Amino acid sequence: MPKIKMPRKSTNIDMTAMCDVAFLLLTFFMLATSFKPPEVVDVRTPGSTSTKAIPEGYVLITLDKEGRVFYSLDDALAKRAIIEQINQDKGLGLTEKEMQNFVLGGALGVRFSQLKAYLALDPKDQTAYAKTAPGIPTDTTNDYDVNELAYWIATTQYHLTKGRIAIKADGDAAYPEIQKVISTLGKQKLFRFSFITDPKGIPPGTALYDEQYGNTKTQ
Amino acid sequence: MAEIEVKGKKGMPRIDLTPMVDLGFLLLTFFIMTTTMSKPKAMEIQMPYKDEKLEDADKNKIKNDEALTILLSKDHRIYYYHGIGDDPANPPKVEVTYFKNEGGIRDVLIQKKKTVQDLISQGVLGAKDRVAVIIKPDDDCTTDDLINILDEMTINAIPVYAVVDITPVDKEFIAATEKANPQ
Repeated sequence: MPKIKMPRKSTNIDMTAMCDVAFLLLTFFMLATSFKPPEVVDVRTPGSTSTKAIPEGYVLITLDKEGRVFYSLDDALAKRAIIEQINQDKGLGLTEKEMQNFVLGGALGVRFSQLKAYLALDPKDQTAYAKTAPGIPTDTTNDYDVNELAYWIATTQYHLTKGRIAIKADGDAAYPEIQKVISTLGKQKLFRFSFITDPKGIPPGTALYDEQYGNTKTQ
Repeated sequence: MAEIEVKGKKGMPRIDLTPMVDLGFLLLTFFIMTTTMSKPKAMEIQMPYKDEKLEDADKNKIKNDEALTILLSKDHRIYYYHGIGDDPANPPKVEVTYFKNEGGIRDVLIQKKKTVQDLISQGVLGAKDRVAVIIKPDDDCTTDDLINILDEMTINAIPVYAVVDITPVDKEFIAATEKANPQ
């Protein structure tokens, strides 16, 4: 019987294809990632057991420790429409470049009267200015002249019908400040919204723990 | 002069691509991780529907036996009493507690659920009655307190709860309890 000679295979594998795939995916993810606009204020969000991720395209209302309110939105198209309408309604006389600055910029926390001066700044200076910004004026009424946040929300609702409202509030912010925001939303008939929170473990032995992990009590 | 003959295959020299693949996948993993992890987590809340047009008769009434009123106050203190406290002649017994894993507000809520369950089995309350928690944040509590108490509702599976404005009567309750327990 003739011996079958097994050809000795080289252990060298051609890595070129694998390398191609890796870098293709890498390029895709790098391009698909949108970087967050810089955070203007430091906010320590409270902890909660909720692990729900918030759906895309939400309006973010930031409330910092001192009770300053900031408004931000990711959707560039909607932002464009909003600033155009506000420019028209309030007669701000914004230039094309200033409106573009609004669309590209991050959280906004100035009065309408200061809006033009703020948007005329360089994006770099905007971030620096935002640290000392007074915040959007708000209170518990629904008067658009005084409660400018209500005006922002109303305009946003008009252009972004599916937009959810997310509140990112500092844990140390006093209750009257957060109540102003909540009641402003309430006046706009928005009763369901989200609070951005830090994930926290579920304490064992509670109803939620039993529901999530099954009843672990030995009986 | 001797001619130099190049031996072997001509063309590209072989480069070991393994480290490059390693690097590629490492960066890839990093980008995937950072994209999914940067999504913020959020807690959904539903505030009670408020409408000036709503008549008193249309509003849901909570029975005194199934209600627990929680008042959030300064220094993360929680004042609570059973019932809705609407009877001036018979003021409720207000007690103080804190956010704690053991012996705090959570135990109060668990106890309340049990009491309501017992009342249902005794026939005092109907089968459809459930624990209702009324949360009234005072002006000097913080957002932390509000989020924590709402989270406790989820943790303890409280079916009905609402955040409502504090009343002057409740403020008096807090002041009276503070006076009675000087610290």
